[in-house]
Amino acid sequence: MSALGHVPVNEHAHDDHHHDEGNFFTKYIFSMDHKVIAKQYLFTALFMGIIGIGMSVLFRMQLAWPAESFKIFELFLGKWAPGGVMSQEVYLALVTIHGTIMVFFVLTQGLSGTFSNLLIPLQIGARDMASGFMNMLSYWLFFISCVIMLGSLFVESGPASAGWTIYPPLSALPQAIGGSGLGMTLWLVSMAIFIASSLLGSLNYIVTVINLRTKGMSMTRLPLTIWALFVTAIIGVVSFPVLLSAALMLIMDRSFGTSFFLSDIFIGGEVLHYQGGSPILFEHLFWFLGHPEVYIVILPAMGIASEILATNSRKPIFGYRAMIASILGIAFLSTIVWGHHMFVSGMNPFLGSVFTFTTLLIAIPSAVKAFNWITTIWKGNLQMNPSMLFSIGFVSTFITGGLTGIVLGDSTLDINVHDTYFVVAHFHLVMGISALYGMFAGIYHWFPKMFGRMMNKNMGYVHFWITIIGAYGVFFPMHFVGMAGLPRRYYDNTAFPYFDDLLEINVVITVFAIITALVQLVFLYNFIHSIFAGKKATANPWNSNSLEWTTPVEPIHGNWPGAIPHVYRWPYDYSKTNENGEYVIAGQDFVPQDVPLQKDEEELNH
Amino acid sequence: MTVFLIIIVVALFAITLWQLSRIFQLSRSTQSLDDSQIASDKDNRMQGNLMLAFGIAFYIFMLYNFWAFGDRALPAASSEHGVDYDNLLLLTMAVIMFVQVITQGLLHYFAFKYKGKKGNKALFFADNDKLEFVWTIIPVIVLAGLIIYGLFTWSDIMDINEEDDPIVIELYAKQFSWQARYAGQDNVLGKANVRFIEGANTIGVDESDPYAMDDVITAEIHLPVNRPVVFKMRSQDVLHSAYFPHFRAQMNVVPGMVTQFAFTPTVTTEEINETEYMRDKVARINDIRKENSQALLAAGEEPLEEYEQFEYYLLCNKICGVAHYNMQMKVVVETEAEFNEWMATQKEYSETMQSATASRKSAVSGAEVAQVEN
Repeated sequence: MSALGHVPVNEHAHDDHHHDEGNFFTKYIFSMDHKVIAKQYLFTALFMGIIGIGMSVLFRMQLAWPAESFKIFELFLGKWAPGGVMSQEVYLALVTIHGTIMVFFVLTQGLSGTFSNLLIPLQIGARDMASGFMNMLSYWLFFISCVIMLGSLFVESGPASAGWTIYPPLSALPQAIGGSGLGMTLWLVSMAIFIASSLLGSLNYIVTVINLRTKGMSMTRLPLTIWALFVTAIIGVVSFPVLLSAALMLIMDRSFGTSFFLSDIFIGGEVLHYQGGSPILFEHLFWFLGHPEVYIVILPAMGIASEILATNSRKPIFGYRAMIASILGIAFLSTIVWGHHMFVSGMNPFLGSVFTFTTLLIAIPSAVKAFNWITTIWKGNLQMNPSMLFSIGFVSTFITGGLTGIVLGDSTLDINVHDTYFVVAHFHLVMGISALYGMFAGIYHWFPKMFGRMMNKNMGYVHFWITIIGAYGVFFPMHFVGMAGLPRRYYDNTAFPYFDDLLEINVVITVFAIITALVQLVFLYNFIHSIFAGKKATANPWNSNSLEWTTPVEPIHGNWPGAIPHVYRWPYDYSKTNENGEYVIAGQDFVPQDVPLQKDEEELNH
Repeated sequence: MTVFLIIIVVALFAITLWQLSRIFQLSRSTQSLDDSQIASDKDNRMQGNLMLAFGIAFYIFMLYNFWAFGDRALPAASSEHGVDYDNLLLLTMAVIMFVQVITQGLLHYFAFKYKGKKGNKALFFADNDKLEFVWTIIPVIVLAGLIIYGLFTWSDIMDINEEDDPIVIELYAKQFSWQARYAGQDNVLGKANVRFIEGANTIGVDESDPYAMDDVITAEIHLPVNRPVVFKMRSQDVLHSAYFPHFRAQMNVVPGMVTQFAFTPTVTTEEINETEYMRDKVARINDIRKENSQALLAAGEEPLEEYEQFEYYLLCNKICGVAHYNMQMKVVVETEAEFNEWMATQKEYSETMQSATASRKSAVSGAEVAQVEN
């Protein structure tokens, strides 16, 4: 209802463009405008991304040159790197916080937070989110959780170090590892706030998509970005509360002496009182969120790639309804496959069979999507903008990374590759790199919408090519390290002569990792520089059909200066021709959604 | 603290830069509207060609990886079910690589072939039920095959048959070491719980359980070849995972419960050392170690030991604390006779406890004597 409240504001803005609403704080800091909140999410996620990727460079250096002294370790790790040699404690802490930051703070909120906020109102034709206040609250809770997570890095006993999956008892017992003291408490508090933030955001996205679509915008005329973001929000609402309950139970085990996850433990020379709990219960609860979480990360990237591939191919997305069906199929299946993380956890092997079945089923909608993307660029007129390159790169890494999922999803084959570098290679390609490509594609594509300026394309090309070469250079050889049977989360592999001949692969991986991390600076420079000094954008630089490009270049509160446009067609009428072979609108290979059906034009049932 | 200060300084610096550039922005005219940042025909051509080049380079890179690093993969399985595992893995890998080669090829080739040019017309191609049906049904069939094959193998592996007279061995995990407890003559493990841990009874065996008396606790695992073995796993503190990569065996070790995994080793340590794979591997590792040793010697440090022969091992494969990376145990597979010979040299649990009590008593009486003397 509050969206209606924006209407007068907007009409006011229409009357007087130069009128400045509110002061600096209400406009840029505690803003309820979805576009500003989207930028806030993006800046915060990028900042967290710099830290997360920086951490990975540090521990990759340790893996390639074990126990060597580096000035850079001394500088960043201080007491955790005596003499510049990374300590075992901080290695595990870096791995843990890298995972946490990248999965939740960068890929979840950087994609879902940024693009849901930016695109949902703009692409469905709404003035703002259903509740601007809730939206603001969601961002600020996210900000607080970021601050707490970063604060935990400065704790005396070290930040959480039990892996991003924080399996108890390791995460529950400070006697077992230093990071499970105050560091873990802060981790849990930060995540609890993060979940509250995510829920507020998701509920808002769902309500907005259901209620605030403009006239004519039926569900089957929504751009695939909106479908993806909408379904992502639903998965979030279904699964995040379960992680919250797991976190609360873990907090109780840690602080109030309950035994949800702990039993029969002898540590530090004494038997602890815990009795009857099960760590496997925690694994179930964690992965009930944890697996849908990877789809929370990848679905928005899929939506973004679909939209960008269609726009830049000047072709409709192939199999629009199949794409929607596969998003829904993936969403449904994603909630019943979590057990594939637990084939060798000690749970009943029969359950393993069931989860193998559901897991391999999810490959089917994923395969359909991949084939549809490839068909979308077939016989297109490809406009090789940086966003397009990243979308093609997304399809490439999604296939490469997704295929190895067939190995890991098979309970039998998982036995020997479980928790090895094979897994690390798999999920980094399929959800890490792919989601990052989706995010980069989205940033390059909607940058003009966010800032009214263009990013530099040549720097974009450099960024893309070095990134894709570097990312494959990191993660393709990593599969072989996994096939050699090397477990992940090992501080050092020199304790076994058997692994000596893997060191050269690790050096290759680390060199690629450093190059890839460095080239992100080109992106950062391009991003920041273009905000202030980029070339001015035109209203619709990519000749796109969707509604966001009908708004003025200078963003205004309420999005459209006049009435909200109505929608008459689906968003993918690219290169549509009449029977005589002429474009529907002469001389223009696209027909925006707000253009009514033309004379003689046939409306196709997609 | 200094780190914190540095961060504040950096943040303030960033804010300063931001403000400066805002001033800069306000002071310049904004009349630089153009389409120079949108891909032109020249860019399309260039990037399309690069896509093809990248596609080819990617093929070469994949081949190079298989050629250069393929030999690092684990050798053929040394267990009975491992043969099925390896076959399934090979089949799955073949399917994966086939799909990978085709789809990456199409993706990069299309990106090259259909690079945009002014005046070109894209094909309005939104739907094709037949095509979509085909590429839904093909994955369905292929995956169904893989699922069925996988599930049969899985039930074979997980179905522990007690009738084959397997050796029962308990694997006991703690930060950061493994111990094994053989069930002894009666092949039944004595009861155990962490609450029984006291003194020499470091793994919490129930001393009142008669089945426990002939149990044998060891620091390495010896297994007779071709005899099934069941591992019953217990952890005293946090999650661990018992990973025997060469036997294609892994199971988490969970405090508060007993997990299990069974397999039949089929290749002895001696036999695997005679395989070409292992001879190459050991030679390769020794070359590396020699090189590293020279560097160490030059720096005035101890050289590395030679890697004399390959030994099977058990690893911890679930993050369990700071020394997780070095939680291992040697595994020896040998003939039945060698195994029996080794077993005869090991102490039964009752003997261990007796000698522990005896030594404690003597220690206590020694202390008493000392006190008296004072």
